[in-house]
Amino acid sequence: MEKLLATDRNIDYLYPHVDVWGFPISSYLFLGGLAAGILLFAALYYLLGKEKDMPFTVKIGPLFAFPIIALGLFLLVFDLHHKLYVWQLFMTARAVSPMSWGAWTLVIVSFFSLLWPLSFIDSIDDYLIKRGWSKMTKVTEYLIKLEHKWLIPHFIIIMFRKYRKFLAFVMLIYSIILGIYTGILLSAFNAHPLWNNPILGPLFLTSGVSTGSAFVMWLSNNKKERLLMSAIDMSLIAIELFFIVHMFMGMEAGAEVYKQAAGLFLGGEFTAVFWGVFVGLGLILPFTLEALELRGFHIPIVVPALLILAGGLIFRIIMVQAGQMSEYPMFP
Amino acid sequence: MRYAMAIDVNKCVGCGDCVVACQTENNVPLGYSRDWIMEFVKGDYPDLFLHFESQRCNHCEDTPCVRTCPTGASHVEEGGIVKVTHNECIGCGACIEACPYDARYFHPDGYVDKCTFCDHRVKDGLDPACVSVCPTECMYFGDLDDPESKISKLLKERENYTILPEAGTKPQIYYLK
Repeated sequence: MEKLLATDRNIDYLYPHVDVWGFPISSYLFLGGLAAGILLFAALYYLLGKEKDMPFTVKIGPLFAFPIIALGLFLLVFDLHHKLYVWQLFMTARAVSPMSWGAWTLVIVSFFSLLWPLSFIDSIDDYLIKRGWSKMTKVTEYLIKLEHKWLIPHFIIIMFRKYRKFLAFVMLIYSIILGIYTGILLSAFNAHPLWNNPILGPLFLTSGVSTGSAFVMWLSNNKKERLLMSAIDMSLIAIELFFIVHMFMGMEAGAEVYKQAAGLFLGGEFTAVFWGVFVGLGLILPFTLEALELRGFHIPIVVPALLILAGGLIFRIIMVQAGQMSEYPMFP
Repeated sequence: MRYAMAIDVNKCVGCGDCVVACQTENNVPLGYSRDWIMEFVKGDYPDLFLHFESQRCNHCEDTPCVRTCPTGASHVEEGGIVKVTHNECIGCGACIEACPYDARYFHPDGYVDKCTFCDHRVKDGLDPACVSVCPTECMYFGDLDDPESKISKLLKERENYTILPEAGTKPQIYYLK
């Protein structure tokens, strides 16, 4: 049976396959996962009482979370086709729609990602001086003054400090929800068999937390912190590889459409970029470099960190693109 | 009430009248269409024949598009008609991704648009525009909950199929073999 034509239907994002979501969505998924990872470590190590041993993880890293989430949100809104109606997202909460979950989760997470670093705002000078960027402290001091005066009076910040444990607890839970949600968002689409598998949630969470640890490891000025993050990251990469292998095992054991979806990565057109670029350069190479670092070899930390961050982004670009190409065959 | 459509693929000649009627009736923007015709070549040489399917939103019973809509703009109306409320739609594209039939598209104004089963005509007791203009009268529209309706009888009498039932959507456009 051969398809000849579909009368009057030349909508380029529907044929030959759905192509509605592109770079903004994959970057948002990456940024959401990254922010989730950063906040997860901050909350976790605060609750474990490691505030002093892990100053960057707990106090400084989360400063970046809000701008990262804000950039992600900007990309999300930018991608909407009916932008002026974006407020409709917050007129309802729909438990069956992953995107509705995501919208509300993002509101809560961005609120906490703003409060948390504010409660630590005075520690930023310390970090800048230790990094040798003491000139920057003048700027931050000015900003802090400005903030206390206009944006958030000092007594409110003191109040945040009082309830830090509560903040940490909520942040821990919501960062996990945010990390999983970026995967669940895709797995809710039955029409795209590649996405439609339950491992995607945990896989995206692990990948997001791994990029978060790479981010902390990259920017931290504390040797101990770097080594610990490096070790954590190695175990996360191992878990990620396990999930990836099992994702394909599950698909290969599934119905025809799932086999075809897995085929895109096992001999199909995404084989080289997935296994070579993402798994090879984004997971296995940084894993090896981190292992060498732990063994005492000197490796500039920026190399594995950037490889992991780039790998995380590439992974999401591949999954979004390949997912849209895996469809139920309309022309059997 | 459960509206459904039955299309006799043996009578369909693929003229595209249903497509044009829909575009005219619903003011569909240029270059877009809410329904379309798939043409297939079936059989083995020399016994080849053309197979036409007039396709549109299947107004599924299990609606993946409505499930994924974050604002509730996509909804099911009385009689199982799946519709989009334009000023609630943010144009995120989730429903387009969710539909295995590619029945939805972005209207140039931003919101998502699709077949409405011509509910404005159905309310007045008329057939949808595509059904009413078909020159071979190969399309039937009616209520499946009424056992005496023509479509109920046809589906009982004749062998039929739906598109991609394996996607689990329980489509409500039936094709009579």
